Amino acid sequence: MDLILDFERPLMELRRRIESLKTLQAEEGLDLSASIEQLDLQARRLQGQMLRDLSPWQRTLLSRHPQRPYSLDWISRLFTEWRELHGDRAGHDDAAIVCGFARYKGRPVAVLGHQKGRNTKESLKRNFGMPRPEGYRKALRLMGLAARFGRPIITLIDTPGAYPGVDAEARGQAEAIARNIMEMSTFQVPVICVVIGEGGSGGALALGVGNRTLMLENSTYSVISPEGCAAILWRDRAEGPRAAEALRITAKDCLHLGVADEVVPEPGSGAHRDPDGAAAALDAALERHLGELSLLDGPALREDRYARYRKLGVVLEEAERLAVIRAKLAETAAREEAG
Amino acid sequence: MSNGIGNGNPNGNGGPTGGSRWFEQPPKPLPTRPQSKGPDKDLWLRCPSCAEILYRPVLAERGQVCPHCSHHFRIEASARVALLADPGSFVVHDDHLGPGDPLEFSDAKPYHKRLLDTQKKLGVLDAFLSGSCTIDGLPVELGVFDFRFMGGSMGSVVGEKVTRVFERATERRCPAIVVSASGGARMQEGILSLMQMAKSCAALAKLRDEAGQPYISVLTDPTTGGVAASFAMLGDLIFAEPNALIGFAGPRVIQQTIGENLPEGFQTSEYLLAHGMVDLIVPRNELRATLAESLRWLVESRPVAIGEAR
Ligand SMILES: [Zn+2]
Repeated sequence: MDLILDFERPLMELRRRIESLKTLQAEEGLDLSASIEQLDLQARRLQGQMLRDLSPWQRTLLSRHPQRPYSLDWISRLFTEWRELHGDRAGHDDAAIVCGFARYKGRPVAVLGHQKGRNTKESLKRNFGMPRPEGYRKALRLMGLAARFGRPIITLIDTPGAYPGVDAEARGQAEAIARNIMEMSTFQVPVICVVIGEGGSGGALALGVGNRTLMLENSTYSVISPEGCAAILWRDRAEGPRAAEALRITAKDCLHLGVADEVVPEPGSGAHRDPDGAAAALDAALERHLGELSLLDGPALREDRYARYRKLGVVLEEAERLAVIRAKLAETAAREEAG
Repeated sequence: MSNGIGNGNPNGNGGPTGGSRWFEQPPKPLPTRPQSKGPDKDLWLRCPSCAEILYRPVLAERGQVCPHCSHHFRIEASARVALLADPGSFVVHDDHLGPGDPLEFSDAKPYHKRLLDTQKKLGVLDAFLSGSCTIDGLPVELGVFDFRFMGGSMGSVVGEKVTRVFERATERRCPAIVVSASGGARMQEGILSLMQMAKSCAALAKLRDEAGQPYISVLTDPTTGGVAASFAMLGDLIFAEPNALIGFAGPRVIQQTIGENLPEGFQTSEYLLAHGMVDLIVPRNELRATLAESLRWLVESRPVAIGEAR
């Protein structure tokens, strides 16, 4: 199953033409290298432009692309000796979150991530990457263990959000998410969070309190899904593209807002087309950040994380606030006058 | 002032403050709203639970609890403070902090316009009222959501003020109490609203780990979304008012997902009690006494910690 999004079509078409020319060349013994080279150049230019011009909604679609690498795909590319562990010790094991031991360049680390499925059966098993409380509790158990033994924690975030189900509420998903958020702030080991696809609200943040937050170029991070926001504000889920724009959910926006520390480039036309290239880019970023954090001792790591979140948000003192309001009102008045 | 909120000394009961930076600003009186002189029909309302016709002044005198069926109406933040704090002990903090518009968000109305209109109407800058006070003589840091302000939603200002409640309590080494009434994170501030959950919970962890002081969370109607999924559900003790809506996902969203009717009483305080998620259901008229009793049990003349005893 190959899903090609509308905006990918021109590029895919160009690539197909290049391939057919190459086939022709090989089969008929013709020299088509000049044409191939020209098309190739055109394709690369188109690709660069396409990635630059993607709208927030198109990024949203890419972040959810069914061929995008999921947590286990990243884990197999970036880590060795991966050993998945299970269970919340309170009656449940949630397949929407995977967690376990691994080694990163020989160093023991804990790795956790939301996990989606590739086909219907696996998607149901993984609950489309939407955790229930037991998933967060399993994750917390492993993170606590890692912290006790001084092992860095790396989390991979890719979820539409917490599961809106009766059972999840009955077992206290608000408390489970809250507990993870609070405890993650206390660990005296490096914690690096990577948004690899969808960073969906509380379900994402429950694995998302780190010293660093890296975001893949085509990932998103949002307080609510664009469709959910549209349903509330415009009473129409179809207004998702508009909400995606308004909510500023792209990696670049999150970088500007201070929510992300680095945008990890996805070479080629995205991680769904070139997972190895994207893994190499993430590997480089991970190694650098882990290296930096490894210079800090336990208490400094906790304090670093505290300071990171402490400054997030925009709060205005009275005078600033009035100045901003006055400027906005003047701007509106000027616009009305002009229009 | 007659509502028990004034410029009293929050440290009258010996809370150590030691020149804390939080107390450098002079205490300010609570902002008040001019009483609206509406027509007579505004003075009466029908109880949605028992259908009795209620006289508003009587309802206000009874802390917005129906005298016939004990239905708990929503209550304004300042009235809540008046019910809980010792008269004259409450000193407001951070009421000069106002929201920006970091996303330049606009739906039916630009966010900055919506803020301005709401601020004018309510006489407050955002959805949270906080201060130092005593409850039955015990110093505490108290924060109360104002549901009237955009559904009590948590954006940067609410997150900052909650964080400061915990930071002040850590600094003063006194308990913290937060009374929640919120639909969750504020969409109009996008991802920054989500980050307030992390900011406030990190401060709460410090209260526990650095000051060893307790935090009591009081859940009122409604406590949902990002507020439920952060400090509201992390109380060392969690009390809930009767029949409040409490949960993470909204009932309508869940209904759409499962495509069938929700169980009887789903996401009420009583449901949460039955599922082990809250300690107690406390009617509003008993809340102050229950808080006082709990605080005494927790912190009054604390003995030497067992680990420190020699
Ligand atoms: Zn009644």
